Amino acid sequence: MNKMLIPLIAGLLCLSPLAQAEVKSLRGDRPPNEDSRPPIKPQYRKDGEVLPRDFVQQPPLIPHKIDGYQIDLRYNKCLSCHGWDKYREAGATKISQTHFKDREGNDLADIAPTRYFCNQCHVPQANAKPLVENTFQPVESLKEK
Amino acid sequence: MRKIFNCSLGVLFGAFVVGILFWGGFNWALELTNREAFCISCHEMEENVYQEYRKTIHYNNRTGVRATCPDCHVPKEWGPKVVRKIQASNELLHKVLGTIDTPEKFEKKRIELALHEWKRMKSVDSRECRNCHDFEYMDFIEQGRRAVKAHTRAIEEGRTCIDCHKGIAHRLPKGWEEAAREAGL
Ligand code: HEC
Ligand code: HEC
Ligand code: HEC
Ligand code: HEC
Ligand code: HEC
Repeated sequence: MNKMLIPLIAGLLCLSPLAQAEVKSLRGDRPPNEDSRPPIKPQYRKDGEVLPRDFVQQPPLIPHKIDGYQIDLRYNKCLSCHGWDKYREAGATKISQTHFKDREGNDLADIAPTRYFCNQCHVPQANAKPLVENTFQPVESLKEK
Repeated sequence: MRKIFNCSLGVLFGAFVVGILFWGGFNWALELTNREAFCISCHEMEENVYQEYRKTIHYNNRTGVRATCPDCHVPKEWGPKVVRKIQASNELLHKVLGTIDTPEKFEKKRIELALHEWKRMKSVDSRECRNCHDFEYMDFIEQGRRAVKAHTRAIEEGRTCIDCHKGIAHRLPKGWEEAAREAGL
C-alpha cells in the first residue's frame, strides 16, 4: 500500500503548479501580459542650453524635458514652440526647412507627415550610461575649439 | 404669557435644530460630491479624462502631492463652490440625456467643454492653480531655463497660468488652438 502511494504522490507533485513554477523562460517566470521588471524611469536632464552636434546630419538632441508632451493625431505640442508661427515668441529654434519636404522631395506648405513624430529622431538626454563603449569623434568642422 | 413664551422658544429652538441639520446635511452633500470617486463614478469621466489624467504629473509625482479633479475644477471658497455645484446639476441633466455617453460624442463635445473651463479659469485668474502654485513661491534657480524665461515675462505682462498651460491634465482636442484664439483665450 505505502509503496504504491509514494510514486503516486511524487507524480502528483510533479504535475502541481509548484513544480511548474520551476520552468523559466529568458524573460523570467511572469506571464507575457505582465511586465517582468518595474520600468526604470530615467532622470532626464533639466532644461539647458542647446547641445553640441557630432555630425552634420545629426538630428539635434533635445536640451529640455518633454515629459507628458502630447504628440498625436489631434495635437503636436513641440510645434507650439518650434513651429514657424511660434518660434519667435517661444525663443526656440525653428524646425528645419528639410522638415517640409516629403519623401519624394516635394516641398510642402506644412510639416511633412514623415516628420510629424519628432521623437522618432530627436531625443532628450538622461543620466543613462552607454551600454557599449564608444570612441566616436566629431568631424573637425564641428569640434568646438 | 408664559405659555406663549415657552412655545415661541420651542419653535425657535426647533428651527435652530432643523437649521443645523439642514446646514450640516447640505455641506455633507457638498463634501460628498466633492470627492474624486464621485467625479469618476460616471463612465463618461472614468473612460476619458480620468485615464488621461492618470498619466500626468498631477496624479503621480516625486513628492506624492496629488491634485484631484475637484482641486482644479471646484472653487475652494463656499460661495463660488455652490455656484459651480448648481451649474454641475445641468451637467447631470446632460448625463441623463446621454450627451457625451460614447467616446465619439465626447470627442465632438470636447472643445466646447474645454472652452468653458478655460473661460472660467481665465475669469478667476487661474485661482484653482494658484491654490497650490504661486509665482512668488517659485524658485527660479531650481526651475528650468524655458520656464524661467516664460514666467518672468508672464509676471511682467500680467498673464495667468491657463494662458499657457492648457492641456495640463488632459489631452487636447483637434483644432483647439483655432477655437481658443477665436474665443480670445
Ligand atoms: C515650451 C516651448 C517648447 C516646447 C513645447 C518644446 N520645445 Fe524644444 N526647445 C525650446 C527652446 C526654447 C529651445 C532652445 C533651448 C534654449 O536655447 O534655451 C528648444 C530646443 C530644442 C532642440 C534643440 C535645437 C538645436 O538647435 O539644437 C530640439 C531638437 C528640440 N527643442 C526639440 C523639441 C521636441 C521634439 C519637442 C516636443 C517633444 C519640443 N522641443 C518641445 C522650447 C520648446
Ligand atoms: C526623420 C527624422 C526627424 C523627424 C521625425 C524630425 N526631425 Fe527635426 N531634424 C532632423 C535632422 C536630421 C535635423 C538636422 C538636419 C536638418 O536640419 O535637417 C533636424 C533638425 C531640427 C531642428 C534644428 C533646426 C536648425 O535650424 O538647426 C529642430 C528645431 C527640429 N529638427 C525640430 C523638430 C521637430 C519639432 C520635429 C517634430 C515636429 C522634428 N524635428 C521631427 C530629423 C528629424
Ligand atoms: C492640489 C494642488 C495643485 C493644483 C490645484 C494644481 N497643481 Fe500643478 N502641480 C502640483 C504638484 C504637487 C505638482 C508636481 C510637483 C513635483 O513633484 O514636481 C504640480 C506640477 C505642475 C506643473 C509641472 C509639470 C511638469 O511636467 O513638470 C505644471 C506646469 C503645473 N503643475 C501647472 C498647474 C496648473 C496650470 C494648474 C491649474 C489648472 C495646476 N497646476 C493646479 C499641485 C497642484
Ligand atoms: C507665458 C506663458 C506662461 C504662463 C503665463 C505660465 N507659465 Fe508655467 N511654464 C511656461 C513654460 C514655457 C514652461 C516650461 C515648459 C514646460 O514645462 O512645458 C513652464 C513651466 C512651468 C512649471 C514647471 C517648472 C519646472 O521647471 O519644472 C510649473 C510648475 C509651472 N509652469 C506653473 C505655472 C503656474 C502655476 C502659472 C500661473 C501662476 C504659470 N506656470 C504661468 C509658461 C507659462
Ligand atoms: C491640474 C488640474 C486639473 C485636474 C487635476 C483635473 N482637471 Fe479636468 N481640466 C483641467 C483644465 C485646465 C481643463 C481645460 C481643458 C484643458 O486644458 O485640457 C480641464 C477640462 C476638463 C473637462 C472638459 C473636457 C476636456 O477634456 O477639455 C472635463 C470633463 C474634466 N476636465 C474632468 C476632469 C476630471 C473628471 C478630473 C479627475 C479625474 C479632472 N478633470 C482633473 C484641469 C484639471
